[in-house]
Amino acid sequence: MFEPQIMCFLCKWCTSTAADMAGTSRLQYSPNNINMRVMCSSRVDPQHVLYAFKEGADGVFIGGCHPGDCHYVEGNYKTLRRVTLFKKMLGDLGVDPRRLRLEWISAAEGKKYAETMDEFAEQIRALGPLQLNERALASEVIKDE
Amino acid sequence: MTAKTTKKKDKRIGLFVCHCGVNIASVVDVEKVAEALKEYPGVTFSTDYVYMCSDPGQQMIIDTIKEKHLDGIIVAACSPTLHEKTFQEAARLAGLNPYQIEIANIREQDSWVHTDREKATRKAVRIVKSHVEKALRNENLEPIKVDVKKRALIIGGGISGLQAALDIAEHGYEVILVEKNPSIGGKMIQLSETFPTLDCSQCILTPKMVEVSRHPRIKLLTYHEVDSISGFVGNFKVRIKKKPRYVDESLCNLCGECEKVCPQIVPDEFNMGLSFRKAVYLPFPQAIPGTYTLDEAHCLGLSPVRCGKCKDVCDKMAIDYDMKETFFEEEVGAVVVATGYDLYTMQALGEYGGEKYEDVVNGLEFERILSASGPTGGVVLRPSDGKVPKSVVFVQCSGSRDTEKHNPYCSKICCMYTAKHAMLYKHRVPDGQATVFYIDVRTGGKGFDEFYQRAVEEDKILYIRGKVSKIFKEGDKLVVWGVDTLTGKKVEVEADLVVLAMAMVKADGVQDLLKKLKVSTDIHGFVAEAHPKLRPVESLNAGFYLAGCAHGPKDIPEAVAQASAAAAKVGDLFAQNELVHEPTVVPVNDELCSGCGICITMCPYGARSLDPERGVAVVNEILCEGCGACAAACPSGAAQQRNQTDDQIFSMLRAMLRE
Repeated sequence: MFEPQIMCFLCKWCTSTAADMAGTSRLQYSPNNINMRVMCSSRVDPQHVLYAFKEGADGVFIGGCHPGDCHYVEGNYKTLRRVTLFKKMLGDLGVDPRRLRLEWISAAEGKKYAETMDEFAEQIRALGPLQLNERALASEVIKDE
Repeated sequence: MTAKTTKKKDKRIGLFVCHCGVNIASVVDVEKVAEALKEYPGVTFSTDYVYMCSDPGQQMIIDTIKEKHLDGIIVAACSPTLHEKTFQEAARLAGLNPYQIEIANIREQDSWVHTDREKATRKAVRIVKSHVEKALRNENLEPIKVDVKKRALIIGGGISGLQAALDIAEHGYEVILVEKNPSIGGKMIQLSETFPTLDCSQCILTPKMVEVSRHPRIKLLTYHEVDSISGFVGNFKVRIKKKPRYVDESLCNLCGECEKVCPQIVPDEFNMGLSFRKAVYLPFPQAIPGTYTLDEAHCLGLSPVRCGKCKDVCDKMAIDYDMKETFFEEEVGAVVVATGYDLYTMQALGEYGGEKYEDVVNGLEFERILSASGPTGGVVLRPSDGKVPKSVVFVQCSGSRDTEKHNPYCSKICCMYTAKHAMLYKHRVPDGQATVFYIDVRTGGKGFDEFYQRAVEEDKILYIRGKVSKIFKEGDKLVVWGVDTLTGKKVEVEADLVVLAMAMVKADGVQDLLKKLKVSTDIHGFVAEAHPKLRPVESLNAGFYLAGCAHGPKDIPEAVAQASAAAAKVGDLFAQNELVHEPTVVPVNDELCSGCGICITMCPYGARSLDPERGVAVVNEILCEGCGACAAACPSGAAQQRNQTDDQIFSMLRAMLRE
């Protein structure tokens, strides 16, 4: 069976803490994800997402604090705006926008985190491996260093 | 990416994989992880150990850093929230910069959430590799340090501001208290008695006012306003406007001769317009500072055809018509915003007739009617004809808890003060009828519910659950139309006087001040706290603290508690000789910056601005909290977060995803 690679960008204050809490509570989920802790979901540049797809991620997940709870006042609103726009662009690059998911998961929601991980893995399994077209791979925005 | 790579080819990285007893080792093959990384580019040392956080574990890390001359280490263990500080300290002891430490979380985010040993081990290897890539690009960083000016500015001289000023002064620091009105005292000085103890408000407040005015470390600036503020936490420069009082406070001896001869009669603000004062006036007998003030809006002496009567009678020559507003600068390290509240206007509630009918008053007006120092000397008389009202209707939630037309929030104090008003009315007019319309009675507070029960049971106040739809005049009576939602019937009550428990709203005109302070507000214009639960007395803008009703409706004990808490927070700040700030901020690479200004709009802290001469963005590193929103938005890669650069993120992604 196809096992997708899922790249997660987790904000330090809420979703990464929720991921820790899922661990402390010993909640089990499928090991498809790998996490990068960022200070705020608004640190995630669309280029990071594209790069993750190019390097082999079949799905990208961004986790931030609930609206109104951002440690940096309004970072999550910036993320929401960016992701909304960026999803429209992803289609043009030949990437199904469902492969990018943004969720608000608070530090208290370890269960939601674990469930979301399983659910998203299942969704990406159904979509199958990401086949980036050559033009997208050659694109300026995701070229190698 | 245009950002230059910061990878150091000759960097020596050490890896320490923790078993955490069996917590990690039972799922992740820790030996295999350490083994897999041995040959990874940059890694010069790799080992595993049963408990890295134990003393022998830490000692091993310290010894290895020294022996192997490591430039950076990765500890693959539990979440960085637990032991990042522990290992940073160990590194410091070994002479390594603490910002060269990486924690790879292979417990909470790996061994504890997976059971498949092979997959979990593979995941651990990828996690560790990504941190090696990051470590290879980490810079040595030093905390940003800046001096603290140990002097506080308090804006607002109500109970909250006074309490904060006294507490900070008692901590041993200097305080500047700025009040825009001629006297300190705020709204509390206007109250008659306070719930639930019925203490006389003036009796408990005036000693505090005197204490503030006499305190050697408090500089009291009444009739002054904050004009502008610049700088940052620990180092603010405040420009203060001194409004012309036209009376020299040091000369005025309160003889009152000026007031006697003044021909100008003006509604008295202290009595909520229920009585009159002269254009030269003392706001109230216990006013501090004890000096007359000449109200320039109403004085004839200031107009081209001079009146000059007060100046003629002033023996002390205290009156000076030529005073001008002046400005001066003060340096402070912290600011407490205690700007208070105002009441929702009568105009906003047209259906209750507050604007049209003299006998429809708001809560503060009724406080003055009840007050022994008020216009009626504490006898309950209605404003229109001075008769004793035999029936008084109190309307709670006037403008509060109305999501459609007015304020959606609860003004919190009205249930209690309405019970107090009705009770005090009944004490003065025992044969009168007090009727209260309410939505709910909220009595959360020490002794509050007992007080309310006393109002209902002992003082026989009639509580009707329902809202009032209209108030109008019939003859010399007011008719109150409402509904009793418990019986489902319409109710009509005749009243001689109606008291509206008006909503508490943000102080009039405070938004301009808050904008200058760059202090954020909620949607109702009240000052927003940094965190609703954990940082309730700090503003998000570092160095600003909040106290009292500027933050939202609250009663006196809560306002005092918050003021003391804000003062304690100021004390925390001033206890440090220099401020230490995380260096993981987002500086600007001048060579790449095009001066587009996008990062400036991204920053919620006002840390970034445009240097007009060089045409590039500049950063105040003390204000930058390091969220990285600007770095993600910068189109040219000029904004790079220290130790989380784009280059680091890309290389981590490669290590994590490339099989």
